[in-house]
Amino acid sequence: MNAAKDELRNERAAPAGTVTLAHGGGGRVMRELIERFLVPAFENPLLAPLEDQARIPLAGLTAAGDRLAFTTDTYVVSPVEFPGGDIGKLAVCGTVNDLAMSGALPLHLSCGLVLEEGLELALLERVLLSMSRTAREADVTVVTGDTKVVEHGAADRMFINTAGIGVIPRGVEIAAGRARAGDLVIVNGTLGDHGVSILLARNELALEAEVVSDCQPLHGLVAAMLAACPDIRCLRDATRGGLATVLNEFATSSGVGMRIAESSIPVSETVRGACEILGLDPLYLANEGKLVAIVPRSSAEAVLDAMRAHPAGCAAAIVGEVTAAPRGRVVLATAFGGHRVLDTLAGEQLPRIC
Amino acid sequence: MRFADEFRDPVKARHLVAEIERLAAPMAAARGRPLQIMEVCGGHTHTIFRYGLKNMLRSELLEFVHGPGCPVCVLPMGRVDDCVSIALRPEVIFTTFGDAMRVPGSKGSLLQAKAAGADVRMVYSPLDALALARGNPGREVVFFALGFETTMPSTALTVLQAKQEGVRNFSLFCNHITIIPTIKAILDSPELMLDGFLGPGHVSMVIGTRPYRFICERYGKPIAIAGFEPLDVLQSLWMVVKQLAERRCEVENQYRRIVPEGGNAPALAAIGEVFELREFFEWRGLGSIDHSGVRMRERFAVYDAERKFTVPNVKIADPKSCQCGEVLKGAIKPYQCKVFGTACTPERPLGALMVSTEGACAAHYQYARVELADAGSAGRVVA
Repeated sequence: MNAAKDELRNERAAPAGTVTLAHGGGGRVMRELIERFLVPAFENPLLAPLEDQARIPLAGLTAAGDRLAFTTDTYVVSPVEFPGGDIGKLAVCGTVNDLAMSGALPLHLSCGLVLEEGLELALLERVLLSMSRTAREADVTVVTGDTKVVEHGAADRMFINTAGIGVIPRGVEIAAGRARAGDLVIVNGTLGDHGVSILLARNELALEAEVVSDCQPLHGLVAAMLAACPDIRCLRDATRGGLATVLNEFATSSGVGMRIAESSIPVSETVRGACEILGLDPLYLANEGKLVAIVPRSSAEAVLDAMRAHPAGCAAAIVGEVTAAPRGRVVLATAFGGHRVLDTLAGEQLPRIC
Repeated sequence: MRFADEFRDPVKARHLVAEIERLAAPMAAARGRPLQIMEVCGGHTHTIFRYGLKNMLRSELLEFVHGPGCPVCVLPMGRVDDCVSIALRPEVIFTTFGDAMRVPGSKGSLLQAKAAGADVRMVYSPLDALALARGNPGREVVFFALGFETTMPSTALTVLQAKQEGVRNFSLFCNHITIIPTIKAILDSPELMLDGFLGPGHVSMVIGTRPYRFICERYGKPIAIAGFEPLDVLQSLWMVVKQLAERRCEVENQYRRIVPEGGNAPALAAIGEVFELREFFEWRGLGSIDHSGVRMRERFAVYDAERKFTVPNVKIADPKSCQCGEVLKGAIKPYQCKVFGTACTPERPLGALMVSTEGACAAHYQYARVELADAGSAGRVVA
């Protein structure tokens, strides 16, 4: 039924006009904005009373597990819309994934909007509908929110903050410090797609290539992995800083080493090519729908099979193993036959001059 | 990936490594030390670390000495201060290649100037800067021109295009440097222990192979001009070691697919039209080297940021504890520097070699900080 409503909204003309400071002023104009755009996008029984807070029954939560997972993230991506997603889809997936990496079942999100004066209402509507569609796909509801408008120049079009809660099932103990020598390292697919798609979408490079962001919710995949192996040791989504950063975090927290085989890391040909031209390393590029898992060696094949049977994990691969030494360091066996330390970056990856 | 993977074939690499070690072994034994080969260019340093070449060769037979060929790394603090002072002018849009953003001056880097409100933008080509100038006629667009002969032609051609179009709000802050006087300065250094050179590939694409002859004729050192893929570097190394074994001393060209013997005539013409040699140029870690930099000729003065804006032009001494100079000359290894990894890290670089991933110290820090003593035992890799 919601999908049908989306269709209807898509058919009628996009709203004209732009966001003004009055839309954040707390008065009638703001009320109109909420009722016209936000309530229809997110409608659900917990949001419907439009109180200052959502009131969530505890009984439903405690039935699903024994711990509440609670997280927040703020999304400032530029451009706001890019191949494979937009800031709204990102704001739902990112927070859902942060919850899912604890093994939690994601349930409810908040939505805080910071809008720049002058933002087209049509764009706002597109982003909100995208959030609504993604939330439905991820089985979560947006149950509370807030909207602020800032003067032109004080923000870059729109920023979104989402906080989320979920429930962790009893017995699931995923933590960055649980990797043990002998465990195997698994990723769920090609790396670097999101990072490269954003670089290309900024249109500053005069490179033309079809790269679509991998932005997607991962809680379904995690549930399938947990069903195959309830004792998953570590799980993290490889967002900013990419695979290299996550592996270093695991190695440091667990006091173990890692040995990764470059030739087994999935990277699409287009992303490899773009990185080659731009002097970037795909292992440090951001992803928005990729996770890194450390699993006991004995369960690795079962987890891999479960992942490959799920749409978000069809290109999953074992990329390396946990070693006793060197503690806190990640060693990359290069496809060329050498090896080197795979460190974290000091700051942003900056392209090399020559 | 076609045209790249062919140059990264591990089987060919193993053959080359075996052959290099076979040739090097008797010479290393005779010398009582490993052969020392300098890769002049920062791009080669990057390849050596990124693909793990350093760990593929036995260190008692052969050592890479990382040369001065990272233009970002050899920029002295005073020049960075001048950059920052231009960038902080309200009318200026300051454009730069990405990895120059982090180079520390005495009052911070361009990245810090940007955070303080300067309009600093990263570009991939000087033409992007010229386009910005066209699109912002009310602003002054300054391009931070740096690099060896590799990047000089594109800056020269951009200035010529600006002149032809009559764009007047565009200028260069020129820090281009030349490679030959620098190699000569290294060869004249008394601490030198080098046995041979890997010559820079992209510089040679512009200047050709002839300018290197003095290295063989006057200093008796062999050189092979090398490409940037890992097999290029190994093959060039093999060529140099083979020359040493056969007691030959020549300029050989491994990078024939790119480097013509006579260089690139139109590129050299553009350089000659726009630039002239400076009497001397200051290098971080190496001090002042005669005729090692270029400036813009008088008739392009309106495109010269040094003439257009007053810059402090203060010479800032390198930090006392910093041993970049000795590393650059190959006298010490990066990790032997007193401040390596302690006072000087990629997060807070004290010396220039820690700034760019082409800098010997940053490459060491990022790719090789832990001596992989146990890499053999933990060497089995799944998949």
